[in-house]
Amino acid sequence: MKLTGAEMVLACLEAENVDVVFGFPGGAVLTLYDEIYKKGLRHILSRHEQGAVHAADGYARASGRPGVVFATSGPGATNLVTGIATAYMDSIPLIIITGQVARPFIGTDAFQEADITGITLPITKHNYLVKRIEELPHIFKEAFTIATTGRQGPVLIDLPKDLQAEEGEFHYPSRAEIYGYRPTYEGHQGQIAKALARLRKAKKPLIYAGGGVVSSGAHLELLELSQNGAIPVTTTLTGMGSIPYDYELFLGMPGMHGTYAANHAINESDLLLTIGARFDDRVTGKIEHFAPDACIIHIDIDPAEIGKNIAVHIPIVGDVRMVLREMLRRFKKGETEKWCAKVKAWKAERPLRYKQEGHLKPQFVIEELNRLSGGEAIVATDVGQHQMWTAQYFQFNKPRTLLSSGGLGTMGYGFPAAIGAQVAFPDRLVVCIAGDGSFQMNSQELATVVHYQLPVKVAIINNQYLGMVRQWQKMFYEGRYSHTSMDGSPDFVRLAEAYGARGLRATAIEEVGPVIEEAFQSPGPVLMDFHVDPEENVLPMVAPNTSIVDMIGGEE
Amino acid sequence: MGKRVLAILVEDRPGVLTRVSGLFSRRGYNIQNIAVGRTMEPGISRMTVTVDADPLTVEQIVKQLNKQINVLKISDLTDEPSVGRELLLVKVKAEPDKRGDIQQMARTFRARIIDLSPDSMIVEVTGNNEKLEAFLLMMQEFGIKEIASTGKVALFRGNKLIRETRN
Repeated sequence: MKLTGAEMVLACLEAENVDVVFGFPGGAVLTLYDEIYKKGLRHILSRHEQGAVHAADGYARASGRPGVVFATSGPGATNLVTGIATAYMDSIPLIIITGQVARPFIGTDAFQEADITGITLPITKHNYLVKRIEELPHIFKEAFTIATTGRQGPVLIDLPKDLQAEEGEFHYPSRAEIYGYRPTYEGHQGQIAKALARLRKAKKPLIYAGGGVVSSGAHLELLELSQNGAIPVTTTLTGMGSIPYDYELFLGMPGMHGTYAANHAINESDLLLTIGARFDDRVTGKIEHFAPDACIIHIDIDPAEIGKNIAVHIPIVGDVRMVLREMLRRFKKGETEKWCAKVKAWKAERPLRYKQEGHLKPQFVIEELNRLSGGEAIVATDVGQHQMWTAQYFQFNKPRTLLSSGGLGTMGYGFPAAIGAQVAFPDRLVVCIAGDGSFQMNSQELATVVHYQLPVKVAIINNQYLGMVRQWQKMFYEGRYSHTSMDGSPDFVRLAEAYGARGLRATAIEEVGPVIEEAFQSPGPVLMDFHVDPEENVLPMVAPNTSIVDMIGGEE
Repeated sequence: MGKRVLAILVEDRPGVLTRVSGLFSRRGYNIQNIAVGRTMEPGISRMTVTVDADPLTVEQIVKQLNKQINVLKISDLTDEPSVGRELLLVKVKAEPDKRGDIQQMARTFRARIIDLSPDSMIVEVTGNNEKLEAFLLMMQEFGIKEIASTGKVALFRGNKLIRETRN
């Protein structure tokens, strides 16, 4: 069957069961967009390419299916860079399709030319510049295979403009033969046996679980292992929701803004069972002091994560779910009762706390959002104080309900990510919790939610500062607030209204509940502007490069 | 720290050299030298990379390299019996009265004169790094005008091979 390059792209997407793409048109993708017009492929038009790529990322995180993005050459492609890096750091499967100038012009500094495969080399799992029409179907099959298997990640395909119009023979391969790519799924039996033997002997074992549990769909196995072995669990930001919040042995998040119980359990554990997590510096603090007495077992699908940041005693390379299933099959419980009692006492005696007095406190807003969402919401966040308060005070019970840029820490991620999640789940409650600073990094997407009448509920935790940076300036730079004031911000309620969305505001405690209820009951997009205490800090806090048990604050 | 010699089999695709060298630079390690050439298998090239790094770093680099889709196989030749050679071209000042001395020196190092002009000559020498350094030192007394050298290429001794994963 003869097809043009543009027709092939749509045929490949159809074969991969892609039913929606996110994008922004331009000169080098005119032919491709003409084909979208003709075929009626569902396309969500963002108002900036960064919005499109974060939306595709939010779609992928919420649904588990790869997100697909279209953008034009040059500035269209470079505007994607932050979103691609965000997905790469958190191992999110994306297929990014960029237009490129026509083949005879490549390398001539033609209008809107950028070497996007060169630029994205270190932030994609793999990328392609399609040079011949015959390669196109194979490249798409490879791209989808690479993005969605092994350690997942973004894959970019650069399509020259003239190639989109060229005809070629189309046959979509049923599978990709990629010689240099063979992910390991099954864990080594001997290593699993060793891990089980150590686990049986451990008196103070702890599970430290991350985003790998979510991407391999291993949350049920994780809970079962914790229950069978009576092993407490702490989950990282990206692992949040893989253990129900109210599970008695769940200790919350570890690290810089982690709970007392999680950080002290890591410090005292004699065995740390690490599952799909990567010893990020925000989790470990000073690495030499991290889990000093523990035998470290590390289960990860990516062999390069083993031993990257910390020496591991028992590595198991494989798919987290398959390894956990095998462990469960052969599992024998150890003696952990005393340890569980101790950990539960920490949890009961040293919970996260704040004082609701004076100004409206941001933590209270998060708690109210949680209470009124009934535990069913998908929550997307930006990056900063509101993100940490969300991780601390919102009760996540299911995987894929917290969408947050953990690795790259991208401001402006949350709102477009919420759009992607709402596209994936039109009937679910999707809440974007943002800061007044970070929301302004992609506030143009208000047009997108109005355009498609996506009922995303935005909650701006408005403290009139770049709050997290201000907090560090307060704590480590003697209160010199260098350029962290957000003077000049718009009236967010009127901003929402200008786009045709609803805007609501709460400045006092008693207004918070009614505003949230009204927003959640409203059928369309709503922005809520919560004016909170400008000087509230995220506590507890571990200063960078110190031990995670040297925790500052959070006592009252 | 110490010199490690890695042999890397890669698919012969555009950008593959950038993918490999980029991984070294991103982690802050300089490639001391690199040689790229063909193998007996069409479509597969062999890179030989010499890098100055401790074994743990090299292990991490090897793991990261293995994640590259176009990288097929990596072997560390450093601690195994292997032979490695570099090629060096030296353009040295050679007034008529010095030519004999240079030729004699070249013979000692089993080097060859491959070009001669009224006041300079080009000498070609192959060997391991120490030998080439020693040769350069000797040439300095005549006055070196310019040098060009290849990266090291290396093979395991005996029957051991680096097999391609493609069959």
